[in-house]
Amino acid sequence: MVVNSLHWFRKGLRLHDNPALQEALNGADTVRCVYILDPWFAGSANVGINRCRFLLESLEDLDTSLRKLNSRLFVVRGQPADVFPRLFKEWNVTRLTFEYDSEPYGKERDATIIKMAKEFGIETVVRNSHTLYNLDRIIELNNNSPPLTFKRFQAIVNRLEPPKKPLATVTRQQMDSCWTDVLVNHDEQFGVPSLEELGFNTEGLSPAVWKGGEMEALDRLKKHLDRKAWVANFERPQINVCSLIASPTGLSPYLRFGCLSSRLFYYELRDLYFKVRKHTSPPLSLYGQLLWREFFYTAATNNQNFDRMEGNPICVQIPWDHNPESLAKWAEGSTGFPWIDAIMTQLRQEGWIHPLARHAVACFLTRGDLWLSWESGMRVFEELLLDADWSVNAGSWMWLSCSGFFQQFFHCYCPVGFGRRTDPNGEYIRRYIPKLKNYPNRYIYEPWNAPETVQKAANCVVGKDYPKPMINHAESSRLNIERMKQVYQQLSHYKGLSLLATVPTIQEEVEPPAMEGSGAHSSTDMCPTQASRKALLRKRERPAKTERAAACTPPKVQRISTPDGSADDQQ
Amino acid sequence: MKRGRLNIKPDSEILPTRDGAVKRCRSAAVGFFRGQSQQHDSVENWGNLPHHVVLHIFQYLSLVDRARASSVCRRWNDVFHIPDLWRRFEFELNQPATSYLKSTHPDLIQQIIKKHAQHLQYVSFKVDSCTESAEAACDILSQLVNCTIKTLGLISTARPSFMNVSQSHFVSALTVVFVNSKSLSSIKIDDTPVDDPSLKVLVANNSDTLKLLKMSSCPHVSPAGILCVADQCHGLRELALNYHLLSDELLLALSSEKHVHLEHLRIDVVSENPGQTQFHTIKRSSWDAMVHHSPKVNIVMYFFLYEEEFDPFFCEETPVTHLYFGRAVSKEMLGRIGLNCPRLVELVVCANGLEPLDEELIRIAERCKNLTAVGLGECEVTCSGFVEFVKMCGGRLTQLSIMEEVLVPDNSCSLEQIHNEVSKYLGRMWFPDMMPTW
Repeated sequence: MVVNSLHWFRKGLRLHDNPALQEALNGADTVRCVYILDPWFAGSANVGINRCRFLLESLEDLDTSLRKLNSRLFVVRGQPADVFPRLFKEWNVTRLTFEYDSEPYGKERDATIIKMAKEFGIETVVRNSHTLYNLDRIIELNNNSPPLTFKRFQAIVNRLEPPKKPLATVTRQQMDSCWTDVLVNHDEQFGVPSLEELGFNTEGLSPAVWKGGEMEALDRLKKHLDRKAWVANFERPQINVCSLIASPTGLSPYLRFGCLSSRLFYYELRDLYFKVRKHTSPPLSLYGQLLWREFFYTAATNNQNFDRMEGNPICVQIPWDHNPESLAKWAEGSTGFPWIDAIMTQLRQEGWIHPLARHAVACFLTRGDLWLSWESGMRVFEELLLDADWSVNAGSWMWLSCSGFFQQFFHCYCPVGFGRRTDPNGEYIRRYIPKLKNYPNRYIYEPWNAPETVQKAANCVVGKDYPKPMINHAESSRLNIERMKQVYQQLSHYKGLSLLATVPTIQEEVEPPAMEGSGAHSSTDMCPTQASRKALLRKRERPAKTERAAACTPPKVQRISTPDGSADDQQ
Repeated sequence: MKRGRLNIKPDSEILPTRDGAVKRCRSAAVGFFRGQSQQHDSVENWGNLPHHVVLHIFQYLSLVDRARASSVCRRWNDVFHIPDLWRRFEFELNQPATSYLKSTHPDLIQQIIKKHAQHLQYVSFKVDSCTESAEAACDILSQLVNCTIKTLGLISTARPSFMNVSQSHFVSALTVVFVNSKSLSSIKIDDTPVDDPSLKVLVANNSDTLKLLKMSSCPHVSPAGILCVADQCHGLRELALNYHLLSDELLLALSSEKHVHLEHLRIDVVSENPGQTQFHTIKRSSWDAMVHHSPKVNIVMYFFLYEEEFDPFFCEETPVTHLYFGRAVSKEMLGRIGLNCPRLVELVVCANGLEPLDEELIRIAERCKNLTAVGLGECEVTCSGFVEFVKMCGGRLTQLSIMEEVLVPDNSCSLEQIHNEVSKYLGRMWFPDMMPTW
């Protein structure tokens, strides 16, 4: 029987450690590697130019690598459900392969495609290689619910078998035994489009700081491991001004798009550690970055509402403010706080910022200063940040805004002090906000406090050349800590006077507590003993359906008012 | 709705309603239906349940569900309006432009004012950052004339929108409740434009019953205004205010013989801009008098100051029990706390600086024998210093929250060892707080 394979690239944009692709090649007569480019993708407000460019570069890289193996990448425009029937027929496909996508939207989409393939009599093979472990197994081991503290997650992971070893890259021999039918006009029909073709304006676009693609990823991996100082100590590097700048050995965007296999990274780290330390077994902290990624994927995989507050069982319901003007100032880097503005500028220009920088701006937007919803911040990151995928982005934002995962909310990053402590000479500010480069160190983090003479001498007057600070931090943080306390005092795990919420110990964290916030219901005259019963009752209700707005920015909650009572959507 | 309309007896009317409400009643009863023939009897029973049974069931329902249920039949409607269900109410006032939250429906508000104002006892208003919402709250307050309110809370969930309401409008609305209730025991009016005259009105009418008063960040109140409250309201047990209102006289008034034991005193120390506010000092004798009178009092202080503004504080022994530093705090200040705050129970530090705090923490462990909760944000502590601190405090530290980034490994102790050492001394499993390194 003739086997015509179609390998569907989504993430996993690589030829190394790609078990699904290996399955496509296994005993096949022909193979075609396809990437489906959703036309909506480019037009959507939520895909920034850097992200798109990175993706296109990764696709080009794949195409280049496949060419060396006498094959090509087929980029098809359209939606999978529309595109596949045509391809199945045209190419007489008998086997469809792709890498497992753990995200809820991905699972739904894939289920549809698998069903469709079955109707065509096509065998579908799915392999897990985007995450280190089988996420369902982790959930199973935690009493069928995803771990909500990182420590618990680590404890469970410790009990698992080590991740599967990465497979070798696809070889010429493998490809020789199957054949790709490449048409003369392949580039026209199936070539990787350019940014301009997708509707982006590339005028004045600076060269990419982070170049997409598997080759770049592997090159960086090698350099990453070579960095001697880090290698010898395996210590968590302290943040300083150097770490704020994009590192030539940074790997997070490549892990996100799958240009680099997480399992390859894992084993390379492990092998290196054994080489250097000889006999001690590596601590889990060695794989820090990878495990955080894994943690958020696990938390999100069965939760369709993971990326929003309403209807999300693990998200604390916090009465965030709604203020598009303030949001815009934050997103555009014109808050008047140089530390925040520099970070948001770097993000927009380059597509990557250091994790601690992310904490600073996320705190500023949500619980620290502006009291705006983490969902809006998440959407801005989704647009601009190269390594922001659905699970990790939403999870991080919930974490940083103290909306979940049992975070302590007392700790607030100061938009002046934190920056100053990290980079006392203000080099980072001078680099990304050149307007302020002539300010003395003393005032560069708070230019509004500089005397007029200093401002004029620096050729940058606050209020004219650079915005005034949009809020008073002391006042805002005072208000916000009260707001957070109000919310948390209604949660079961918060006790009395103190500001420190209790985090469950590893043993306790079996059943997630009912995250009932002050929600939308007016109170009843429940006596305290009945309150917990009510929480139970509430738990059984279906969460109210929210309708997604078509564009990205409007709020997601629909209010329907009816003649009597504050009304829910009908259930 | 294919089974056709319910056959209801004529004397229990069905108000014009959405299908949903009727459907609900049916779906609730569906488990009991066994066929059309029984339908007539089952429905009759539901409508004729005794009032107290329906009341009991209603107490499990949310307001929305109760409101829907109330349109099913007259009896259920009657029960909906029983005073017991209206003792406690939270008005939620939000504008769609400024909040994601839903709002109490205006018609419901009207109903409450018309039919239930006199039943209300525990009332709160939650408003968003829009001035309109705060004004709406004031309008409602002005209409609560025939009420016997015991608890009143004005809560801004985002920006303090009450501050944007005209002061006269606010004050006149508030005093309506003050004058008419005569039995107010708990009042929360933080971040509002309340002033001295309104406090006088409060005192004139409620001095016997007032137990709790929270008025942090009320800039129009003067020390004299709050002193009036302390002098007259001898049952006052909880008080929250800003430092500029605190005075020796106030502490002495709260410690007078006629006064009950104070349980909770919360003081916010806030500075808008560095060097702009001069902070007065409180005499040690005043503090001593307070503690002597109320030995178990919790004194909670929240500091939002710049590093250079801490000088007036903690130079002498101060009986503070809970301390929170919302911005940076200097090493010297933490050193003084170790020396002068023997009653300290909880210490939360948001940020400090880049010099390790080992010495200061160890001194605090030595001298603050009641310390049970510690939280450290952006500070630096060496691993061995931290272990030493925990060793000295031992199991009395029921809450210990420190960011992993804060701990600096040194020769005798690394990050991996910290978890074991600290857990050992605490007598339970402990980990530092983590932040995603993604």
